[in-house]
Amino acid sequence: MTTVAVIDYGMGNLRSVCKAIEHVAPGARVRLTADASDIRHADRVVFPGQGAIGGCMAALEANRLRESLLEAMKTKPFLGICLGLQALYDFSEEGGGTPCLSLLAGAVKRFPPSMMTDAASGLPLKVPHMGWNQVRQTAPHPLWQGIPQDSRFYFVHSYYADSADARDIAGETEYALRFTSAAAHENIFAVQFHPEKSQRAGLRLLENFVSWDGAR
Amino acid sequence: MGLAKRIIPCLDVDNGRVVKGVRFVEIRDAGDPVEIARRYDEQGADEITFLDITASSDNRETMVHVVEAMASEVFIPLTVGGGIRKVEDVRRMLNAGADKVAINTAAVSRPEFVKEASDHFGSQCIVVAIDAKQVGPDKWEVFTHGGRKATGLDAVAWARKMTDYGAGEILLTSMDRDGTRDGFDLRLTRAVCDAVSIPVIASGGVGNLDHLVDGIREGHADAVLAASIFHFGEYTVQQAKERMAAAGIEVRL
Repeated sequence: MTTVAVIDYGMGNLRSVCKAIEHVAPGARVRLTADASDIRHADRVVFPGQGAIGGCMAALEANRLRESLLEAMKTKPFLGICLGLQALYDFSEEGGGTPCLSLLAGAVKRFPPSMMTDAASGLPLKVPHMGWNQVRQTAPHPLWQGIPQDSRFYFVHSYYADSADARDIAGETEYALRFTSAAAHENIFAVQFHPEKSQRAGLRLLENFVSWDGAR
Repeated sequence: MGLAKRIIPCLDVDNGRVVKGVRFVEIRDAGDPVEIARRYDEQGADEITFLDITASSDNRETMVHVVEAMASEVFIPLTVGGGIRKVEDVRRMLNAGADKVAINTAAVSRPEFVKEASDHFGSQCIVVAIDAKQVGPDKWEVFTHGGRKATGLDAVAWARKMTDYGAGEILLTSMDRDGTRDGFDLRLTRAVCDAVSIPVIASGGVGNLDHLVDGIREGHADAVLAASIFHFGEYTVQQAKERMAAAGIEVRL
């Protein structure tokens, strides 16, 4: 029986993440936690990220989670979701500039207002980028198993990840520009979209994560 | 490749039961919101909206349980509206498993509430619902209390203000069209959609599938919400998407 720690620092709804994992892996023990020892003892870790990036970084410090989280990111299957992907990069423009965890090279940027026009219709593209968009799988990965190329996932975000190292990119999505919607680095997999809200494709990704050994 | 336009079935929920009659042939318990949400999910709905029309606070507790049950079974986004007045109400619904809350009357009574809620939980989960009625040529006023109470606010200016206050999305309902099945008020929809930088959901008046196409094409809406055309089994969400796709609109099929 695998144990999954879902990091919760108390800023929002994580019920869906837990329920979705329990749904695809009825045998797994899913624990919502802000406790460093739970993270250390779990077989795998999910970091959904909640609220704004500044608050997220501050909450990790306040709850003394940074060390155990960094340790987990280097040693066991690790899934970042939404802000949990953005937090892995060097830096985010959100909140006037926020240093992040620097596990992945690159920066998180705001969708630039000057580029937010749909080329086909000439109409403005709205921010947040909200709804179902396609993910082009740019590299094979165990977490993509059984998920058709260009499947749609549910997104909701105003900032996007710009990877500096192309080897970290596992999936890309287009919205005014092309951004990293899935990143993979050793035992880390992270997605900008919400697999727990992405119906069949999202549930499959979570199912793949629960049985993943952490190797590429 | 690109972002799909969304189709959002809406359910009116009173004391834990769907009202306004729902007639799916295969469903035995026609009034169970979770069962109906599951059916819409199977048909390819992009999101689900529950509007809680419950008046008493006892029954609000029931809504929390409905949301919890839905979040354990249906893995697409859920918006809950109705009676959201305090930051604590937002927290309860999000913790129960809602992804977004729709704020209507409380935003008009105290606009700062929208700011507080979006600062606290993030813009992405704060939807401002606007009920608008036409009061002159290309002029619409915001109404509250189910369209009974005039506010004196211009709908387009209000949508802009709510965007500045941190709303992540606008749910725009034409009170003139709601329940008529004559189609969206396209001029209203377009006026609001073109005025704000956040996504807008068009609502009120859908009677057939072409109305959905018009809402996107003519109204510039990012998403379309409908209730009765799906409830009565006239059309499935899948059929609606096929019609939109045939009209050249990008949808999730």
